[in-house]
Amino acid sequence: MKIALHKNLKNLLDTAIYIKDIKGENFLNIDSLIERISEIYENFYNYEESYIEKFVKETSAHLNYIIDEAEKTLTPYEIVKIARHPQRFTLQDILENVYDSYMELGGEGELNIDPAIVCAKAMIVRKVGHDLYFHQVMVIGHEKGHGEEFRQGGSAKPWGNEKALRYMKMAETEGIPIHFFIFTPGAYPIEDYPGAAQQIARNLYYMAKLKVPTVAFISEGGSGGAEAIGLTDIRLMAEKGYYSVISPEGAAAIEAKLKEGRPPRELVEKCAKALKLTARDNLKFGTIDKIIPEPPLGARKKDYEFFKRLKIELIRATDEVVLQTRSMKFLRKYAMAKQDTEDFKYFVNWDLDEDEIEILIENRYKKYRKMTQWAITEPKSIFKQVFSFGHNIGLKIKNEFKYKILKQGHKSFKKFLDELTSESSLLLKPVSDPVKSVYNLIVGKKIPKVPTQILEEEISTYVSPLALEDKTVTCPQAEKYGCPDIWVPDLYGEFCGVCPNCGYHFPLEYKWYLNNIFDKGSVKFFNDDIASGNPLEYEGYAEKLKIARKKTGLKSALLSFEVKIGGISLIAVMLLAEFRQGTVGVAEGEKFIRAIELAKITRRPFLALVHTTGGIRIHEGTLGVVQMPRCTMAVRDYVDAGGLYIVVYDNNSYAGPVASFLGSAPYQFALKSTRLGFAGPRVIRETTGQDIPPDYHSAENALKRGHIQGIWDRRELRKKLFTALLTMGGKNLYYR
Amino acid sequence: MKIEYQNLNKILQKFKANPYKTFKVVTPHTGYIKEFKVKEGDQVVGPSGKWLEKPGTPLFILERERNPKIIRAKISGIVQNLRTDFLNRFVEAEEVILEIKHPLSQKEIISEILLSALYIIRAPETARYILSPAIANKIEKEGLGKVKVKKGDELLIMTFMKRETPIYLTEKGTYVIYNIYFSPFQLIERDSPLIGLCPEENLPYLKKIIERIKDEWPL
Repeated sequence: MKIALHKNLKNLLDTAIYIKDIKGENFLNIDSLIERISEIYENFYNYEESYIEKFVKETSAHLNYIIDEAEKTLTPYEIVKIARHPQRFTLQDILENVYDSYMELGGEGELNIDPAIVCAKAMIVRKVGHDLYFHQVMVIGHEKGHGEEFRQGGSAKPWGNEKALRYMKMAETEGIPIHFFIFTPGAYPIEDYPGAAQQIARNLYYMAKLKVPTVAFISEGGSGGAEAIGLTDIRLMAEKGYYSVISPEGAAAIEAKLKEGRPPRELVEKCAKALKLTARDNLKFGTIDKIIPEPPLGARKKDYEFFKRLKIELIRATDEVVLQTRSMKFLRKYAMAKQDTEDFKYFVNWDLDEDEIEILIENRYKKYRKMTQWAITEPKSIFKQVFSFGHNIGLKIKNEFKYKILKQGHKSFKKFLDELTSESSLLLKPVSDPVKSVYNLIVGKKIPKVPTQILEEEISTYVSPLALEDKTVTCPQAEKYGCPDIWVPDLYGEFCGVCPNCGYHFPLEYKWYLNNIFDKGSVKFFNDDIASGNPLEYEGYAEKLKIARKKTGLKSALLSFEVKIGGISLIAVMLLAEFRQGTVGVAEGEKFIRAIELAKITRRPFLALVHTTGGIRIHEGTLGVVQMPRCTMAVRDYVDAGGLYIVVYDNNSYAGPVASFLGSAPYQFALKSTRLGFAGPRVIRETTGQDIPPDYHSAENALKRGHIQGIWDRRELRKKLFTALLTMGGKNLYYR
Repeated sequence: MKIEYQNLNKILQKFKANPYKTFKVVTPHTGYIKEFKVKEGDQVVGPSGKWLEKPGTPLFILERERNPKIIRAKISGIVQNLRTDFLNRFVEAEEVILEIKHPLSQKEIISEILLSALYIIRAPETARYILSPAIANKIEKEGLGKVKVKKGDELLIMTFMKRETPIYLTEKGTYVIYNIYFSPFQLIERDSPLIGLCPEENLPYLKKIIERIKDEWPL
């Protein structure tokens, strides 16, 4: 009896401390209450049992009142604190309480390649009447631990995400669904092989076409780290969880333009509010599918009711994904809507056959394609919509006919002839030769119209506005290589912004690329009326956008255009520094997807020229973050269809885009002096506590760890691109 | 080969009289001095950080062709002989603008003394070097300052493009390996010091001097 009382007291104390941590010490005199409880707890045996009993009863009632009051005034930043609190439930608690049995894979506790990621094979039991059905699932998620140092707060290192990917493949082989649990403040920002950004991009790329049903549950969803295991068919989210593009602290540091140190507290709270990171906001925006209710002030380790609820929701969500692929599903769907107890009324087999897998992947593509569509600001005219819809269908039919039916016909016939001649040339030559010559006579010998293989030098008349000053500049590497000062008109004219002595690349404006790399007069912009908007109504962002628009005359940070290099026509996009540092939001994501879809339909190669990208635009919150999976899915679709996707980085490329649709490109190149990586030096120092060498993000290091395929010189960019277009890419390209 | 006592004493006295080294800061090229960022007697610091990534204190701005160039301190110390009369005037290249009086640390003095007192074997070619295995073993066992070598002993192996060339001791007498200036398989420029040898009979004397420096100079 006494032991139970002692335990109860301890629970009360924990709860009170929890409330204090969330709401602050001045909330409803919580501090004095904690003092009183701990005093009794410490001198437990000096008090009468009946007194303690009474005290426990009264205090727990009082605490319940405080919790209810606290719940009413919960601010977004307090929700962030709940999600990060060491008393909150973790993946280990879910494995213990939601699943009926489990076995951890790829490490245990501290003995692990990355203790922040836990993979486990688990059983989840469905009770239908008196029958028990056992479902096998793969569980992959972040483990925050209840305050253990080695878990790194759930920040997955690159090899942790690689482990997750490995077990995703395992689940795919075995054909079992995967449940993902996201408890991460963000990925661990280090560039060790294969690099934080690269691994996230690889995960996203693979998950785009994972052949098993996937469900994600988000409790703490920090940007790229969350996306690394977050591209799923259904996304559930805890009511007191947060899902955000950046931690409120990080956003505040950016807003305050801090280079070192911590941002002020008020600004952090303001940013937490402005980022719209709560479950309710995310549901409204459509970045998640369902909220799992939690008890007031959030579920903790021992809230068994919550785990029961979570179990039902996980089974339901998996059912939903599976049933969406089936034809016979009406009754079960109806039953599912009413499913509220642990006793299920129906059974769903989670195994999928080949056709169903196809539908599953198609559904997933559609789901992400539709996401954030509402936030696109585009002048809406019905005529234009109908016209572009018709135009797209027309293009599709035309290109299908031109490159598939006609060309495939040629190809297969030619292949047949080649086989015939080489296999038994001697014997059959007298027979096959006349056939071949007749074929050539009718069709014409040159089948695909390959452009001239020699690249003509284009003499550009474009003069960079940077070159109009009569002065000299010093090369930043002058001390190391003894470079002489360079006269500006030379540097930005003839030298293409490259130091002639050491090859250092000075930044150039985006127009230089448009005028110097591509064939003269071939640039044709499209979709340029899709504009960056302010969907979150982020304070001060509308003004910033206005300034950017005025400065550049553009509506978003991404240009999409049809263009030619040496006669080869291709679709290209360009992220530019001049517009909000090339950050990616809804408009940029949508333009990217439309461009790559056009490239797929017309069978053109696709080029992403990255002038600079600063990551996902924080002012668009999770609407920006989901551009990562959205665009990566489009990339996967295009590459699988046999397209050629080339990315060329210049200047600075960091964070989200590099960790998704740029980083997932099979062919990535960087110009010299490019800096690319996942997080900047300040974030790395704050997260890892270590200084990084000055060349940490250099293109040379990226090449060394295999992120990029080569380092190019800007003066040779046109030539290199032309060679790359001719030597790489699948056979589906129009000129193959 | 013997240590020239008198010479060494002279060096020591010199350091004692003036434990500073003066570095002249000169203009890298012609131009106008636009602004001085320091005053006479100011403390300046050279590049710092683990990778010397933090640049030194800005000293003055030299402008040529509308290109203002900040000249920074390359070593820490105190500014002296600042030529403020050059302000806004044209200067030639290699003109001394100021001097930085750099207080020598104990380590720097010892290395200066050793470089002048020891018999230094320098790299004959730009290549990679390793100690000969026998000597490397001995040093691992006994430590620096104890392993003796004499004329004709194989000291080092120079390796370059898979070609290995042994380097022998050519001086008469017995020597003690006192210092190693390179790490194995690192590319060494020609004429950089590789190892420092001390004649056996001079060892106690050298040790005494170093002890003295360690006692007398602050860290």
